[in-house]
Amino acid sequence: MRKKTLAVFKFASCDGCQLSLLDCEDELLALAGAIEIAHFPEASRAVMDGPYDLTLVEGSITTAHDAERIKHVRAQSRTLVTIGACATAGGIQALRNFADTAEYLSVVYARPDYIETLASSTSIASHVTVDFELRGCPIDKRQLLEVITSFLHGKRPSITDESLCADCKRADVVCVMVSKGMPCLGPATHTGCGVLCPRHDRACYGCFGPVTAANTGALAERLFQLGMRKDGVKRVFRSFNAGAPAFADESRKHE
Amino acid sequence: MPETGHDHADSIDTPSVLSAAHFGALLQAIRNEGYTLVGPTVRDGAIIYDEIESTQDLPIGWTDEQEAGHYRLKRRDDFAYFGYVVGPQSWKKFLLPARRRLWSSVRREDGGFTIEPEPLPERRLAFIGVRACELAAIRTQDRVLMEGSFQDPYYRAARQGAFVVAVNCVSAAPTCFCASMNTGPKVSGGDLALTEVVSPERHYFLVSPQTARGQAVLQRVEHRAASDEEQDEALTHEARAVSQMRRKLDTEGLPELIAAAQGSAHWQRVAERCLACTNCTMVCPTCFCSTVEDTVDLSGQRAERHRKLDSCFNREFTYLHTGSVRESGAARYRQWLTHKLSTWHAQFDSSGCVGCGRCITWCPVGIDITEEAAALREAVDQS
Repeated sequence: MRKKTLAVFKFASCDGCQLSLLDCEDELLALAGAIEIAHFPEASRAVMDGPYDLTLVEGSITTAHDAERIKHVRAQSRTLVTIGACATAGGIQALRNFADTAEYLSVVYARPDYIETLASSTSIASHVTVDFELRGCPIDKRQLLEVITSFLHGKRPSITDESLCADCKRADVVCVMVSKGMPCLGPATHTGCGVLCPRHDRACYGCFGPVTAANTGALAERLFQLGMRKDGVKRVFRSFNAGAPAFADESRKHE
Repeated sequence: MPETGHDHADSIDTPSVLSAAHFGALLQAIRNEGYTLVGPTVRDGAIIYDEIESTQDLPIGWTDEQEAGHYRLKRRDDFAYFGYVVGPQSWKKFLLPARRRLWSSVRREDGGFTIEPEPLPERRLAFIGVRACELAAIRTQDRVLMEGSFQDPYYRAARQGAFVVAVNCVSAAPTCFCASMNTGPKVSGGDLALTEVVSPERHYFLVSPQTARGQAVLQRVEHRAASDEEQDEALTHEARAVSQMRRKLDTEGLPELIAAAQGSAHWQRVAERCLACTNCTMVCPTCFCSTVEDTVDLSGQRAERHRKLDSCFNREFTYLHTGSVRESGAARYRQWLTHKLSTWHAQFDSSGCVGCGRCITWCPVGIDITEEAAALREAVDQS
């Protein structure tokens, strides 16, 4: 049986998520044995032409050129999985969605006329059909392996759409919001990080974006009660997943 | 008859006095029976349950301050061993762990596969410091997981192997309402039932063996018969828990009332505050719902099935081919409260709530089951 092929494509992003693949040190050889890495410029100069069985897409769409390029990537991909907050929600660069891009250009670049950019940073799914979205800034490598393994063996990835709280409790991590009064985004945030921050006595920053149907309004109310001010509440919803509709809408309420 | 020593012939209903100094010997005597001790200990700003070695691991001199959505660890002005109420965890952590492998399968050379069943837990645990509400919760889970049509062999093995040292509450948190649920604060059951008495003059435990094996363990530790005064002092301590209890849940006709309230507009009002974050169900000592998760390795040679605790607050919990059955937050909160306070009776012959107050304390936005039940009662009465 022909080995299935894997491709990795990058759009507007920091490369951290695709490097999670190389970070799978212990599993890397098994991975290379199980799937043919056909297009992964960060890892190898040997690049095969498509179509590909599984394509991982990192990054958001911020230019007209990329908005076209993603259509070609989609056309070459049997299964397309987006990885990371940029690809699934527009990333930190989606902060431009709340500002005047032309003004930014004039302040940041000596020759703004050299820059061709869109006014917004958007997720891959807002341009093409996506088969699965893997959240996180960065993604969790165990979850990435779960997605690839599940793809190879035709099963649904064991990745749940539930709040971080569920995993905090399963991991016996004491709630930092209730026991220490820390303003935490966990109740509205999609789990997947392995409760990285609460495990280290820090509140959740929402790196994995909103859980489906997150009640951000009730959470914001609680953040106010815990002493956070309007500007702070606006900003906690405006980080790596600022462009995710649930967080974007909530942050706009506190402008 | 000697007042102390190993040959003191207690009867099961005569309480004994165990000095605090000999509490460590009691723990050791339980260990000598082959039990691993699990009990309260301070970690990460809370009193949690974990393996303990000795008295020194207990939350000596600590207490908990609780309110809706609020928990703080506080210093006491004495050295009580059990001077707190309940923390975020319950004994469910050991009896029904959040995650358990159910079986593994390995692919054979002939293309088939071999199932490897998951062995039953062998470790026998001694639960040190089980509260009345927690004993009631364990009995509630017994009915669900050992006495119903579905039998959980892992739960049964862990449960039947366990030795239970129950400790009476001598204070109540503002979130407690066990008295109105008829589950406490006085313990009944376990292997040993203790009341801790701490005063400037003395520090002792009034011990009542509840079973023959509890009696046998006590015999190995230095103790003596309790005087009338010591028994009275313990009763005064226990009475404090009752008098401090502020919250209550009116259970009169409650199952029928909740059933009648299914169409109430109140569910939507709760849903506006509810984060559907699952905290209430995860900390609840009786909530038992789970899901299964399948994993496979990259080579496809080995697969595993795990059971993990799930929650009716998760949309995926009722996910069917057309979507989630309980899509709205209101539907999910209604499901939880209805099962807990109403349909649980028909299904398992008791309430699903023991009044421990964990869901109130550990709700990040402080939603209070007693308030919501009262509001529903009012809504039904007015309609």
